[in-house]
Amino acid sequence: MSETWTEVGYAADVPMLEGRSVAFDGGRIAIFRLRDGWAAIDHSCPHADGPLADGIVADSCVTCPLHGHRYDLRTGLRQGDEGSVRTYEVRERDGMLELRVPVAVAG
Amino acid sequence: MLFDALAEPASRPRVLVVGGGIAGQAVCEQLGDGAQITLACAEPHLPYDRVNIGRLLTGEELPALQLRPADWYEDHGVEVLLDTRIAALDLDAGTAATAAGATLVYDRVVLCTGSDALVPPIPGIDAAGVHVFRGPEDCAAIVAATSSSRRAVVIGGGLLGLEAAHALATLGVPVSVVHLMDRLMERQLDGPAAALLAPAMADLGVEVLLEHATDTVLRGADGEVTGLRFSSGVELACDLIVVAVGIRAQVGLARDSGLAVERGIVVDDRLVTSHERALAVGECAQHRGVVHGIVAPIHDQAAVAAQTVLGVDADYAGSIPSAKLKVMGVDLVTAGAAEGEHAVVVADAAAGTYRKLILSEGRVAGTVLLGDTRGAELLLDAVRVGAVAEDPLALLADASKATAAELPDGAQVCNCNGVCKGDIVSAIREQELGSTQEVVAVTRAGAGCGSCKPIVAELLAIERGGAAEEATYLCPCRKQTREQLAAIVRTEGLESVSELGAACGAGHDCGACKPGLSYLVSEICGNRHREERHARYINDRVHANIQNDGTFSVVPRIRGGVTSAAELRRIADVVDKYEIPMVKVTGGQRIDLLGIRKEQLPAVWEDLGMPSGHAYAKAVRTVKTCVGSQFCRFGLGDAIEVGVDLESEMEGLYTPHKVKAAVVGCPRNCAEAYVKDIGLVAVEGGWEIYVGGAAGATVRKGDLLATVQTAADAKRLALAFLQHYREQAEYLERTYTYLERVGLAAVQEAVLDEELQAELLERYRIAKSAADPDPWRERYAPVTPKQFSALDTEHDLVGPPTGVAR
Repeated sequence: MSETWTEVGYAADVPMLEGRSVAFDGGRIAIFRLRDGWAAIDHSCPHADGPLADGIVADSCVTCPLHGHRYDLRTGLRQGDEGSVRTYEVRERDGMLELRVPVAVAG
Repeated sequence: MLFDALAEPASRPRVLVVGGGIAGQAVCEQLGDGAQITLACAEPHLPYDRVNIGRLLTGEELPALQLRPADWYEDHGVEVLLDTRIAALDLDAGTAATAAGATLVYDRVVLCTGSDALVPPIPGIDAAGVHVFRGPEDCAAIVAATSSSRRAVVIGGGLLGLEAAHALATLGVPVSVVHLMDRLMERQLDGPAAALLAPAMADLGVEVLLEHATDTVLRGADGEVTGLRFSSGVELACDLIVVAVGIRAQVGLARDSGLAVERGIVVDDRLVTSHERALAVGECAQHRGVVHGIVAPIHDQAAVAAQTVLGVDADYAGSIPSAKLKVMGVDLVTAGAAEGEHAVVVADAAAGTYRKLILSEGRVAGTVLLGDTRGAELLLDAVRVGAVAEDPLALLADASKATAAELPDGAQVCNCNGVCKGDIVSAIREQELGSTQEVVAVTRAGAGCGSCKPIVAELLAIERGGAAEEATYLCPCRKQTREQLAAIVRTEGLESVSELGAACGAGHDCGACKPGLSYLVSEICGNRHREERHARYINDRVHANIQNDGTFSVVPRIRGGVTSAAELRRIADVVDKYEIPMVKVTGGQRIDLLGIRKEQLPAVWEDLGMPSGHAYAKAVRTVKTCVGSQFCRFGLGDAIEVGVDLESEMEGLYTPHKVKAAVVGCPRNCAEAYVKDIGLVAVEGGWEIYVGGAAGATVRKGDLLATVQTAADAKRLALAFLQHYREQAEYLERTYTYLERVGLAAVQEAVLDEELQAELLERYRIAKSAADPDPWRERYAPVTPKQFSALDTEHDLVGPPTGVAR
């Protein structure tokens, strides 16, 4: 299943520099529209389950709205401390957003 | 089962740390990621700073002493088992049994069981009213007893006993310290220093009785303590006794596990006990015949123990004992030997100061500094390294003039957390720290008792070339201040956060400043800016306050705290319809509905039919009122009418931080106007306007801005002040810090001057006219797609507006 792309929603529903969450692969994923493309990570902050899709987005990171933990949207690594969230592959096709689990992670 | 034997390679040993004190914590910190750590704490608390336990007697709460926040353990993968006493160890098998019957598996175990209070076998010592001074529960019992105590006695004139006695005196209980020896703190002090310390303690209200051996604790009819009898036959009446004669290493578990135990658990230079699998660190360990009862050696031992566990060769060669008396008003620092064949002393009996350096074969072997501890870190380091001192008097004199710059890198600045000068300086340089607060947060120097904070600040000032601490940056990543960014917005005529970011880079790196940039742009543009929701915090995107479980709270506008039966019925109906889990009356005379899902917000607002209370925003929150002259027999002014009007005029505008206000009908101040950001108080013949008050984490009575004759004048001044604050304050700066920063006189000059006041009010009117009076109306026309839902959900639908809400 990791090989296949799954359609999860309309690209137009995610405003510039904001995130929206969606159910995928048994959990919830936060999808972000960045100036240079899309990014997708786990929606739940590993610290205290904060909703990362509701966080403030800068060029390449998102800040959890609950306690300010910050994650790099490309690598999933927490900045300034240890810890990470999973990242996912996301693309836009004909106005739709598609997700898949990266092969390396799924392996 | 905690460990899965196959889960981790052997390169990351499974380490069980027994004991959640300073030693256990230090071992965890030193092991870092090199091991899989389980920390078993017998007490129901996370590790706390027992060295500063005396602060629990004078009003501090235990969380203030906690060494690390709960998520530190989570973040560092340390499994913490609270309330878990280890009952038995099978060292050959590498297992441990908890008192509750669970089994833990480990490769190495580090015993950090610490010590118990030593209770001398005096007849009657088990009487009610006799306490030891060791844990938070002891402190709570002592504090409870002080409320009815008329006379207290502390048995033991060492470091801990003196700190306990001082705390009791501070709480207003007459207290005597009873000490067996002929001088206080005989392990750390020589005769002359101790002779100066006793009167210094007496000045603080602590009576000192030396060479008094307690023979019997006297008990009353109900078994309660009534006094002491000394070996001389003399009696001393008291109703509270604190025993602080020393500690006894906690060695029960080690002994039962077959380890070699003398006064403590015997360890070698690697901190390994008689069984290779077990190590011991801290007050429970006996190294080269010495059991340390102070904090500094713990950090040295923990470092070596961690290296041993991680397979690195390291030797612990013992520690130089050092001590610092934490009694306000008596400065005392000692290290190493207090006496020796060669010593130099500089003393001033009249001033109560005594500075001594002890030498051994030309090297510094100890120091005693009483009443004047200048240069203590330098001298402690000299003792630690055994510095050669050809002219010891000159060394003493130089130390008293030494600045932090002259400290060697290895000198320990923070004894609570074991942080050296070199650690602090390199953190400042590498992480480009700009304020003392940052340095404390990053290095943890100064996060314990705080006594070293002045040195931390001095080191920062030196690193910054004497420059004052860093300005408050609105965008810390690009080091841009509010003034600099405001200038860019004005000169380039920018109207949005994105334009500002494109012009100077602010907001691109971490994004933390985006809400501040939003405020700045909106304020300068008089709310005629281009609103960008991505630059707003989630609360300001959905106009509700996010809670710890990701749900939201809803607080409708209830101006002046005045509501009606119809509104209350609608609120009640909404609570039933949406099964809202919590309805709470707030401190601001409003009603909070908690636990609402984002998708429910539009429909909840629609059914409430009330405007937003802005409880989620940096904005004017509420104007509390008392009933004033409408009903109160003492009322001098119509607080309700003035309060409701003022709230209408102030609501809806963003401010640098939240603004709370109140109007009261007389100086009895029933709605707490004196401690609000803006408070109006009716007095005989007019109104007083108070500004910059606070009653949160900071408590501050507001400053009297002016006294005027009419309510209209009072409201006008309140609005002018609000606008001045909106224009001049840093983002997230409350009125009280802003007022202290710019000064009341400067504010009065701007707000009371007729012309300037008119300009402030005009700018306020412009901003107010463009502000959205009720963001909850976005339920009819969301400003972004899926504003109130997720990608795969929809918000509860709301029909077209039926009319203007209220």
